[in-house]
Amino acid sequence: MQEILPYLINGVSVGGQYALIAIGYTLVYGILRLINFAHGDVFMVAGLVMVYTTTALPMYVALPLVLIATVVLGFVIERVAYKPLRTAPRMSLMISAIGVSYLIQNLAFYITGGVPQPVTVPIPWISENVLLFGQSTKRVTLVTPVLTILLVVGLVYLINHTRMGMAMRAAAKDFETAQLMGIKINAVISVTFVIGSFLAAVGALLYFTNYPSVGITSGAMPGLKAFVAAVFGGIGSIPGAVVGAFIIGLCEELIKGLGYTTFSDAFTFALLIVVLCVRPTGLFGEKVTDKV
Amino acid sequence: MTKRNKTLFTAVVLAAALAASLLVDAFLPSYHIAVQVIQKATVYALVAVSMNLLNGFTGLFSLGQAGFMLLGAYAYGVLTIPVDKRASVYQYFDGGAIHFSIPEIFSGVLGETVGTTVGMLAALLVGGLLAALLAYLIGLPVLRLKSDYLAIATLGFAEILRAFFQWNALGPITNGSNLLKSYPTFSHVTPYVVLAGVMIAFIVLLINSTYGRAFKAIRDDEVAAEAMGINLSRHKRMAFVISSFFAGIGGGMMAMYMGTIAAAPFKSSLTYEILLIVVIGGIGSITGSVIASFLYIFSSEWLLRGLDSGTFLGINAPDIFKNGFRMAVFSVIIMVIVLFFRRGLMGDKELPDLPDMIRNGIRKLRAPRRRKEAGK
Amino acid sequence: MSQQILKVENATMQFGGVVAVDNLNLEINQGEIVALIGPNGAGKTTAFNVVTGVYQPTNGAVWFRGQKIIENHPHGKMKKLYKGQHAGEYHQVLSPTPDKITKLGMARTFQNIRLWKSQTVFDNVLIAKHCRSTSNFLSAAFRLNRREEAEQRRSVEELLETVGLADVKDELATSLPYGKQRRLEIARALAAEPELLLLDEPAAGMNPQETDELTAFIGQIRDQFHLTVFLIEHHMNLVMGISDRIYVLDFGKLIAQGTPAEIQNNKRVIDAYLGVAEDA
Repeated sequence: MQEILPYLINGVSVGGQYALIAIGYTLVYGILRLINFAHGDVFMVAGLVMVYTTTALPMYVALPLVLIATVVLGFVIERVAYKPLRTAPRMSLMISAIGVSYLIQNLAFYITGGVPQPVTVPIPWISENVLLFGQSTKRVTLVTPVLTILLVVGLVYLINHTRMGMAMRAAAKDFETAQLMGIKINAVISVTFVIGSFLAAVGALLYFTNYPSVGITSGAMPGLKAFVAAVFGGIGSIPGAVVGAFIIGLCEELIKGLGYTTFSDAFTFALLIVVLCVRPTGLFGEKVTDKV
Repeated sequence: MTKRNKTLFTAVVLAAALAASLLVDAFLPSYHIAVQVIQKATVYALVAVSMNLLNGFTGLFSLGQAGFMLLGAYAYGVLTIPVDKRASVYQYFDGGAIHFSIPEIFSGVLGETVGTTVGMLAALLVGGLLAALLAYLIGLPVLRLKSDYLAIATLGFAEILRAFFQWNALGPITNGSNLLKSYPTFSHVTPYVVLAGVMIAFIVLLINSTYGRAFKAIRDDEVAAEAMGINLSRHKRMAFVISSFFAGIGGGMMAMYMGTIAAAPFKSSLTYEILLIVVIGGIGSITGSVIASFLYIFSSEWLLRGLDSGTFLGINAPDIFKNGFRMAVFSVIIMVIVLFFRRGLMGDKELPDLPDMIRNGIRKLRAPRRRKEAGK
Repeated sequence: MSQQILKVENATMQFGGVVAVDNLNLEINQGEIVALIGPNGAGKTTAFNVVTGVYQPTNGAVWFRGQKIIENHPHGKMKKLYKGQHAGEYHQVLSPTPDKITKLGMARTFQNIRLWKSQTVFDNVLIAKHCRSTSNFLSAAFRLNRREEAEQRRSVEELLETVGLADVKDELATSLPYGKQRRLEIARALAAEPELLLLDEPAAGMNPQETDELTAFIGQIRDQFHLTVFLIEHHMNLVMGISDRIYVLDFGKLIAQGTPAEIQNNKRVIDAYLGVAEDA
């Protein structure tokens, strides 16, 4: 138990970070039926912005700036790359998402010179070491799950009890009808991207403060895993994404703990394929039947 | 243009391509950048066409191409490294578990030159067949999934495969996370051009056959295709297996021109790159995929090199033209194509339609001018 | 009496808690034109989807040319949920995919036209011949099936001539006017060489003149291709004009069957269509 414990603690923390990314996937997929391949890169950009702002500015300016920059990026991506393709086939939309991901990575490469940017000024307080069950760990591992749960509760409230939330639910249920009923679909989609990017930015702050550096592909793997978490939980379902993310975070860390680090990524995909084949709607998803 | 003229045109273009590659081999040394570019571009063309068969013609959005290429590349390397070099290549794994080399076996029977070539081709074929076999096995569960789920599942399989090839326990075969090297390669461009050409020709023939028509029917409307007697699972699997076969061979050829094999280049970003080539060329056009591959490789490896190294078009601005600028410019161009020229270069047109397309294009360009003149 | 070609026996189709088709029984004989009518949402298309293998019925069986092709009984989750009748009578699960049923000799059209959009008129019909070709992908790619291919192309030409679409054969299917698209869908179904042709609202969206033409056309192809026709239709002129027999569905249940004259005077049918007055 004593050997596994640090991995368990880490798993919960990593799971929380995945959850924050996964919500972005699940919200967007719920409405646009699009795997937003660029979401992992948005997460990476948040990390890069954090590196740059924290070295140049005081923390209380830098952190809000990270959140704002990421939210703006998410908003712009939707407006420029997805909105013009509203009526195009889904394949075009997915290709556009892959193109955006490619673009962001290449721009990041250009700006950083391809060199991973070291995190020199980690966020204070949460990156201090504390003792937990006799193990030394950074405070962020404790903060992450708590903050994740709080944000998710807030989000669920927003979706279930506000007008915008109702519009989002309507758009997710039936895009066209929602539009006909006078819902400003573009505004709803923008809000969805703003929320998704905001949560990804929070996730990035927590994730990268624990990491030595941010590279241009740092977002790809967490992004894909968060997507798997969203599918695993049942895409479109927020609680599903969160539960899925925690399960994946835990499993991944446990596999590392058992000494199979090479397979910690592969496991996630194996899980994905099993879920897709056995229960494509995930843990909490609804069944959809095609009409002929 | 009449059908006969179209055929003639196609024949002339293909003959010219072959002649050009022979000329390149006759006059340029094998380290010349043109040789490198053509070799890489033919490989990308083959893989892009194989991807187009699946994504463009059958409507199956698969992102597993890099995985099948990986398999083909490793199969080629593992089977062709000369026996006396194995000790140094597999230095961390006691010389590896395989103690034969297909080209050497064939050389024993057919003589050095012919035998090595035949052996290399055989190894490529084995790579293709392994990729096809894997596609056959994973096809059954995966191909039942709908569009984006299929994409992410195939992507997942490719990543799993990559993890396996880096696993130390398989080191005696795959060399773990170390490079495979010292295997025989073709140093000229003609073998690449001919090999890729023959395989692309086969795909074209297939697409224009009754099976190709069935694939397109599945792409256009799956429900109607099934109602008209097309067995969905059988045909989807067939397209998947054939596409993967050629991706496997493409992977083997990629190993050839790279000279060393590692799992790292076969990431999902390779699949994305090829997908974007297919998009640039036009989803549903074989000719488009080939042209786009050459354009893409030619400009990224040669024409736009200056964007990365300080001077471009005579302008010296090392602060702007620094490492990475080329790819940044490239990805912007790609996004412009994805958003505003969704049909790509060729749409769904092919080589025989090219003269007509050019003629129409010129007419369109001239038309406004003529109107202006008439207005005077 | 002529031979029976299709028999649907106690077929029930239940989606979750909704019974879309409830214990449907019908028989169609060789050479007949039989109509399935009923108000919107009565389960007509669902019945078609069960017969053609798109849906697996929850319970019941379907025979085609004396051979049982589809059978199912409530199992899994449905075991508890099942609300229909004849629950214990079927034990086998026989559920071929639609393409297998088409190969047996049944072809259909769709209520909301489903042509292959990027293909020409000619190719739309030619593709339907694919299920009758005997070549494998290698022999097809290397053109070893040249004779078969030429034969298929010739018969498609012929077919297009018959249905009056020969002059537009190289146009894109979607560029045709609506009425011709419907006709093309029928031609495509005929290319699959069926014995039983299922038409799902072939006259939907047509004006009276087009409907009359279609009525004549259905009769013509029935005779020319020795077909049996099973159709869903709302245009009563068409239905009453060509049907030998009519089945009427309402809320998933069969409420009447008989000749056009019998159906026209059936009180339940009239009630189903017009509604029953509260105080009657």
